[in-house]
This record gives sequence, C-alpha cells and structure tokens, in this order.
Amino acid sequence: MGMKAAHRIATFFKYFVLILVGLIMIYPLLWMVSATFKDNSEIFAGISLWIKNPTLEGYRNALNDFGGSINIIQAMINTYSYVIPKVILTVVSACIAAYGFGRFDFPGKKIMFSIMLSTLFLPQVVLNVPQFLLYNSFGWINSPFYLAIWVHCAFATETYFVYQLIQFLRNVPRDLDEAASIDGCNSFQTLYKVIVPMLLPALVSCALFQFMWSCNDFMGPLLYVSTPAKYPMSLFVKLSMDGDTGFAWNRILALSLISILPQLIVFFCAQDQFVEGISAGAVKG
Amino acid sequence: MKANNAPAVGRTPFQKWCDKYQGLFYLIPWIIGFVVFKAVPFGQSLYYSFTDMNFFNGISEYGLMNYIEAFTSDRITKSLITTFQYSFITVPLKLVFALFIAYILNFNIKFVNLFRTVYYIPSILGGSVAIAVLWRAVFRDDGLINTLIKMLTFGAFDGPSWLSDPDYALWVICLLRVWQFGSAMVLFLAALKGVPADLYEAATIDGAGKWRQFFSITVPMITPIIFYNLVTQICQAFQEFNGPYIITNGGPRNATTLIALLVYQYAFKQNEMGMASALAWIMFIIVCVLTIIAFTSQKKWVYYSDER
Repeated sequence: MGMKAAHRIATFFKYFVLILVGLIMIYPLLWMVSATFKDNSEIFAGISLWIKNPTLEGYRNALNDFGGSINIIQAMINTYSYVIPKVILTVVSACIAAYGFGRFDFPGKKIMFSIMLSTLFLPQVVLNVPQFLLYNSFGWINSPFYLAIWVHCAFATETYFVYQLIQFLRNVPRDLDEAASIDGCNSFQTLYKVIVPMLLPALVSCALFQFMWSCNDFMGPLLYVSTPAKYPMSLFVKLSMDGDTGFAWNRILALSLISILPQLIVFFCAQDQFVEGISAGAVKG
Repeated sequence: MKANNAPAVGRTPFQKWCDKYQGLFYLIPWIIGFVVFKAVPFGQSLYYSFTDMNFFNGISEYGLMNYIEAFTSDRITKSLITTFQYSFITVPLKLVFALFIAYILNFNIKFVNLFRTVYYIPSILGGSVAIAVLWRAVFRDDGLINTLIKMLTFGAFDGPSWLSDPDYALWVICLLRVWQFGSAMVLFLAALKGVPADLYEAATIDGAGKWRQFFSITVPMITPIIFYNLVTQICQAFQEFNGPYIITNGGPRNATTLIALLVYQYAFKQNEMGMASALAWIMFIIVCVLTIIAFTSQKKWVYYSDER
C-alpha cells in the first residue's frame, strides 16, 4: 500500500509540474490572442484571458492603411517574396552539396568536409561587415528583389542544412545507388531518381526550418532593406511598435499575431517533421 | 563504387578523370558560396580589424588601435562583461530546465506529444519580432509579470520596472531565451529514450534510488547531447542580437548592449567598420576559446558508447 501511495504522489507531482510549466510557457501567447480582442483600456487592467468588451478594433486598425507607403498586406507580400526563393534555393543547393559530400570520394574531400563542418561554428557577426561591403559593390543593398537576402542561399551557404542532409543520407542504403548505376543511370540521374525521393522527408524538414528561420530573420532585412515600401513583416512590426508605444496595444498585438499566423499554421500542420528534424540532425555524427 | 569498375576498362583517361572527380562537380556551388560569402569575408574582416576602415572615408591608418581601444573603452568592456553575464545566466538555466522537463516527459506520460508541442512552440516563434513585441507588453510596469507578482504577494510588492531598471533589463532578454528551451528539450528527450532500460532495472535491483539513478546512469549516458547542446547554445548566446535590439535597444544605460548589438552600432550606425570588425573578432575568439575548452574537456566527461 505504501509503495502504491508513494507512486501515486510521484505521478501526481510529475503531471503537476508538466502542466504548471506548460501553462507558464503558453500563457503569454494565449494572453496575446485575448489582448488583440480587448479594448486598449482593458489590456493592462489584469492578467485574465477573459474579454469584457470584445472588440475587433485592434484588427481593424492593424489592417488599416495608416497613410504611409506600407501596410500589412504589402509587408506580407514583401516577406514571402524573399522567403520562398530562400527556402527553395537552400533545399536544392544543400541537397546537391550533401550528395557530393555523402556519396563520392575524391582527393581533398576530407579537408573540404572539415572546412564545411567548421563553418557551422562561424558566427555570422564576423561576416556581416565584409558581406555588407560586398553586396554594396554589387549594388544589392536595398535591391527591389532583396538580392542580398536570398542569392547566397543558392550556393549552399546554410551549412546547417548541408550537414543535416548528409546525416540523413547516411541512412539511405548505397545499394540503391549501385542498382541505379547498373541500370545505366549516371550520377545526376541517380540523384534525382533515387536520392531525392528517399530524402524527401528530410528535404521537407529542411524546408520547414528554413521557412521559420527566414520569416523570423530580422538582421537581414534590417541591414539590406531601407525603403519603407519594401519593408517585410519583421521590420513593419518593429516600425509600428516604435511608432506608437503605449497607446494602441491591441493594434500592435493584433499586427504581431497576424505576422506569426502563417508560421503557426505551418507548425501545427507539420509538427512531427519539426521534432524529427531536430532530433535527426544532431544525434549522429 | 563497385559498379563503376566494370565499364572503366575501355574508358579514355579523360573519362577516368571525370569519374574520379565527379563528386567535386556537385560541390561547385558550395565551393563558390564558401569562397565568396564566407572565406573571403572572413579574411577581410580580420584585415579590417587592424584598420580604421570607415564606410565613407575608407582606410587611412593601420595598427592595433581598435584592439587597444576595445580593452580600454568603458562602453566596450562593459558590453563584453554583459555578454558573459547574459551567456552564463541563459545557457545553464536553459539546459537545466530542458533536461528536467525532458526527464519528466520520459516517464510514460500520457499526452506526451501534446506537452512536447506546447513546450516547443516558443522555440519556433521566439526569434520573431512579434514575440519581442509581446515580451515588451509582458514586462511592462503594469504587464503580466508585475500584475502576477502583485497578486501573489497580495499587493505587498509592485515588482521592478523590468524594462527601465538597469539591474533587471538583462533578465528580460535572458528569460526570453530560457523560455525557448524546447529545441534543447526535444534533443534531450530523444537521447533519454536511447538509454537502455536494463541499466535502470539493474540499478533498481542494486537498491539505487531515483536521484542516484539520474546522476549515475541518466546523466552519464546522455553526455554527448549535453555536450552538443552546450556548444551550440554558447555559440548562439554570444551572438544574441534580436532580443536586445528590439526589446530594449541596448538600454537602459547600456545594460543590455550585448556585443553583437555593439558590432551593429559601430558598423552601421557610426560607420566605423574597422572597429566593428575588431569587436566581432574579439567575440569570435572568445567563442573559439570556449568551444576548444569544451572539446578538450569532453574526454573527461563525455561518454560515447561506441567509442569511434
């Protein structure tokens, strides 16, 4: 009996901790959602999620054009006009590089692989100034097509994904490539007929992570976009917050919520891929 | 590749050369990217760090002046100290929290996927500007945190002015990153699932309690993941930029001016790109030293089961 009671207390304690921590984690987000429907005078009057006077004023104001050269719809379009090329180019170039590293042997490969791994630890801060000067000499600063933000992705510069795909590639049996080459496929046909279909879940996972990170990216647009009409969501939200701190919080929070809505939807549709993605990339190797 | 041997007999030397180096062909984009966007900028930034490179005036002086200034100017030394404080608060708190929650989740918990999702959401969204905005609302003088403090102490305490008191502002940034312990937790959870159950059974038979088992079996078995999380989190912490830039803008009284923010201010506000490069290199060397310490110490405490 004593054992059983102790076991029950332990179980109760575990769930208690999990639920308490879960509430702390999620409460700010729930509060944010509820605050977007509140009156501005009500938002900081208490911590409750209950909405006394539900209003859509926050959303109406968030969607309104405030006379500037940018509004929320345009900011969304701007964001995705560089996020989408970034995601596609990253996945394609990382896949090709991972194939080169993972499936071939040639003199110098070992050294290149170590160099590739060491760039995983290379802080972006060190590269920012010369990269800015480089893009400046190309005329890419404030480019209408956001060239400075996404072009480098075509060259497998996002090393993390190259590394992750090499890890996944190790689990794809080499027999498959050999069978393909006996059937007369050259190495490029092997890549897109055998490797890409086998790696598809991993490629999807890379695309999802790159999507999230590119949407969140703040430094890139901050350095390379300066025309307000071309602002992406991240700069637009920051601009709106600086514009009227302390007054229309329901508008600013509604704006923020709308800005992360696409990411939330993608996350809920694909949460398993995210969890598998981070587990697989790190454990081996 | 065995299959390539058979047709190799009748191939010309040029074709043989192509066979041997065809892997290199797939690395061409990566090589270009590495040289143009990483290696050359890396070297340039080291070079600029020994100059007074200015965006408008170019270079007129060479020498160690940036490094000398870095260690004598109060603004910079303070920023370095703040960055250390930030990292040494955030990284341990985050890892301990992540391990603790992962450990509990690993006991046949019902709804484990639901809990995991809830803990993981902040990691996905935490880097966004939207969450930084939310953080400013939450840590306002009359925001969620202070209202909660007031309620829990029955009105006896008002709670500090988180965003305008230099003693507390750094904590706002730290807590934002600790709140994102989810990705470290997912890694710990995967590692915990890999610990063989018979080790625990043997320990139970030997009479080892749960705490003893945790420190004598669980922790040693997952040291590779602890090590991985430690290194990646230190690298991230030293580069923290979004939090201080968006939430506090480095203030109050430079209390949250982390080194990455200072690099940005020098390079893109004051156009002193030489100084900014020197600061970036100081940061880079600190991260390198910490990483090397971690890697050399791993022989003493990291346990690899298959000893490769």
